[in-house]
Amino acid sequence: MIKPLSLLCATLAVSAQSLAWEPNRPVEFVVTSGAGGGTDNFARTVQAIISKHNLMDASIIVSNKGGGSGAEGFVYAAGYQNDPYKLTFGTNNEYLLPKVNRMPYAAEDLQPVAAMAFDEFMIWVNGKAEWEDAGAFIADAKAEPGKMRFSGSQSKDTDQTLVSMLQAATGTEFRYVPFNGGSQALVQLSGGHVDANVNNPSENLGQWKAGMVKPLCVFSPEPLPAGEPVYDGKGWGDVPTCASQGIPITEYRMPRTVWLAAGVDQEVVEFYRDLLQKVVETPEWKAYVANSVQSDTFLSGDELRSYIDENTRVITEVFATEGWLVE
Amino acid sequence: MDNLMHLMDGFATVLSWYHITIMVIGVLLGVLVGVLPGLGAPNGVSLLLPLTFTMDPISAIILLSCMYWGALFGGSTTSILFNIPGEPSSVATTFDGYPMARDGQATRALTLAFISAGLGALAGVVMITLLSSWVAEFGLRFSSPEYFAVYFLAFASFIGMSSSAPSKTLVSLALGLVFATVGMDAVSGGLRLTFGIPDLVKGISFLVAVMGLFGIAELMVTTEEGLHFKGIKARIRPMDVLRTAAEMPRYAVALVRSILIGIWMGITPAGPTAASFMSHGIAKRFSKHPERFGKGEPSGIVSPEAADHSAGTSALLPMLALGVPGSATAAVMMGGLMIWGLTPGPMLFVERPDFVWGLIASMYLGNLVAVVLVLATVPLYASILRVPFAIIGPLIIAVIFTGVYQVANSTFDILLVLLFALLGYLFKKLDYPVAPLVLAMVLGDRAEEAFRQSMVFSDGSVAVFWSNPLVSTIMGLGVFMLAWPLVSKMIGLRAFRRRSAMKPEASQERPRQGAETPR
Repeated sequence: MIKPLSLLCATLAVSAQSLAWEPNRPVEFVVTSGAGGGTDNFARTVQAIISKHNLMDASIIVSNKGGGSGAEGFVYAAGYQNDPYKLTFGTNNEYLLPKVNRMPYAAEDLQPVAAMAFDEFMIWVNGKAEWEDAGAFIADAKAEPGKMRFSGSQSKDTDQTLVSMLQAATGTEFRYVPFNGGSQALVQLSGGHVDANVNNPSENLGQWKAGMVKPLCVFSPEPLPAGEPVYDGKGWGDVPTCASQGIPITEYRMPRTVWLAAGVDQEVVEFYRDLLQKVVETPEWKAYVANSVQSDTFLSGDELRSYIDENTRVITEVFATEGWLVE
Repeated sequence: MDNLMHLMDGFATVLSWYHITIMVIGVLLGVLVGVLPGLGAPNGVSLLLPLTFTMDPISAIILLSCMYWGALFGGSTTSILFNIPGEPSSVATTFDGYPMARDGQATRALTLAFISAGLGALAGVVMITLLSSWVAEFGLRFSSPEYFAVYFLAFASFIGMSSSAPSKTLVSLALGLVFATVGMDAVSGGLRLTFGIPDLVKGISFLVAVMGLFGIAELMVTTEEGLHFKGIKARIRPMDVLRTAAEMPRYAVALVRSILIGIWMGITPAGPTAASFMSHGIAKRFSKHPERFGKGEPSGIVSPEAADHSAGTSALLPMLALGVPGSATAAVMMGGLMIWGLTPGPMLFVERPDFVWGLIASMYLGNLVAVVLVLATVPLYASILRVPFAIIGPLIIAVIFTGVYQVANSTFDILLVLLFALLGYLFKKLDYPVAPLVLAMVLGDRAEEAFRQSMVFSDGSVAVFWSNPLVSTIMGLGVFMLAWPLVSKMIGLRAFRRRSAMKPEASQERPRQGAETPR
């Protein structure tokens, strides 16, 4: 008697499972950066983990659409309003790009599925520079306003926003020179053509190892977890927070986000959310996050919504003071 | 000498049957993605990347870099056979490569291209072996003003020599700059010339433009000249490959000059595209028969190919020594490096010399393998042209449209390629040069960016371009190249007067030479 019953239960369970949405053809990962960019590494890591652990039956196609600071990818994804087979990878640029430019898509055209990690920002100076801490650096900047040069990736994007916040917070003036990507901003700093940049930790790791650049402080509430020493006996954990250095910006981070078109059903969103949740639990993901010195935080649902609202509010204020807002 | 020791260790690591097999596979796959327009090296390498996760880093990088070499050779093949450059850097090869192939000398054109490309790459690797530490430091001295100066030099040396009417060159150049402007501007962060069309936000892809301007426009002209239902009747004998190889010493001067230009542009790092254009331009300028260029002049093939590959190879050095990708393909490979657990950057030479020198050793062998493989298949490729146009023409159109769609999965681009085809056709009919347009499209936005960054650096003072010996020298060279036609005319005029005073018949010699351009 028990046997048929359990069989029935099993059948019920299976049919309940098959009721939930599942992709039955290839899923396209739309990457809003060029090949080799931070978002590209992010998406390809997720892809590699899903295929390695067989987390999804459908196969995955990754396509890079990094034109226009990532706008190309968002415009493309927004064009498939009810398509559950397009998963878009980005940062906070999804909801910030339409603020500073008249974009052919609106932030609401896509809905957030998850934020899978947060990338940190640091103040970096040339390895030979005399500044040993951020306090001295800011003091020198104040002595000659407008003289200190920051290189950064793109214009009116995360880097320039942070430099602008830094100006407001410390009451001094910097000169911001936009380059095409973090690696160019880095070379300019190692070559001594600019005084500082605010690159992500992983972008500058290789050059820090060689002592060509050095970090002054990190824009996070707590110092980063101590790892192996990188250069001169110092590791990521030894970099003080900027707040402790007298710069009143406790936190500035960039979320690594995943999006779906606004028109798709809730159960599709749930499917991908659960999938990504499984991804962040794998050892490969932990290794990726640790290697690229990002914080391992997973946000979804209402938590993610409120994070996005808050992030939009803070940064829109900066945009407003700089006069970058459109309309 | 230390470097040579390391290199020997590298060879010891690389020389195994397993690695040679990987090289052959990599090169063959590379040639395949290079020949298919729209696929290209960066896409090919990123498709292959997941397969390498289980390999050890040295084997993985050998596979990927050999694919890159193969793709570079494949790109030259389509430039020569169909007038469709697969990569920006092989555009200059079409100028003389395609005319030569159309005259029934496809074997010769391909052989010339492959041999000079191989020699160029070899020179690049030798440079990396000998000068790696010095070059890495030198690259750091380049900031925006220096970049602008290098682009200016590339423009000046190519434009100054244009044989079309100056006003037509200017129109073509300006159009190219306009096309380069479309999309997001990195310096201001604003959108330009998108007219609210969503598909223009990403900018106009270079590939879409050249496939229309070169590929389809060429087919239109061919069709108009009368439909040939027969293929080009050229005897294709494997012996021709050897015969062409034997004529290589004749172009030694052009070859060495182009290699030097290529290495210089690779280190500085203006890249292979600027190098190939510049080297074609300079080859024409210093040639005794500039009028033969554009009609299938051998040194017009040797020069851009050698410069392209020596620059492409030298450009790998910044990636290794500084951890900064010199090209899109290098960027993908760097992503791979991180996944294999290596940190690209200056310390890679110290931490993993076996990896770095293994890669450098594989560059020697990989290029050798690539040259042998492509030379062996030259007759095969060349025989494609014997297929009747009625078959090959529609086939090319189909491949172009698929390729264009593949660039960004955008149907809008298919429309765009037709517009460019029309433009290319008009240019041909009205005798406007296409090259300045392409050059402006490839280098225009980069030059603009560098210029505006320099302006931010200097508070709007143009004096920044003369602010240190390095930038002043490059700018000076650029100005000299731009003024050269005037200067040479003045010198030439004086020499001509003197000569014609002595020997009246000397003046008649020139035009006759031009008329008997070998067909």
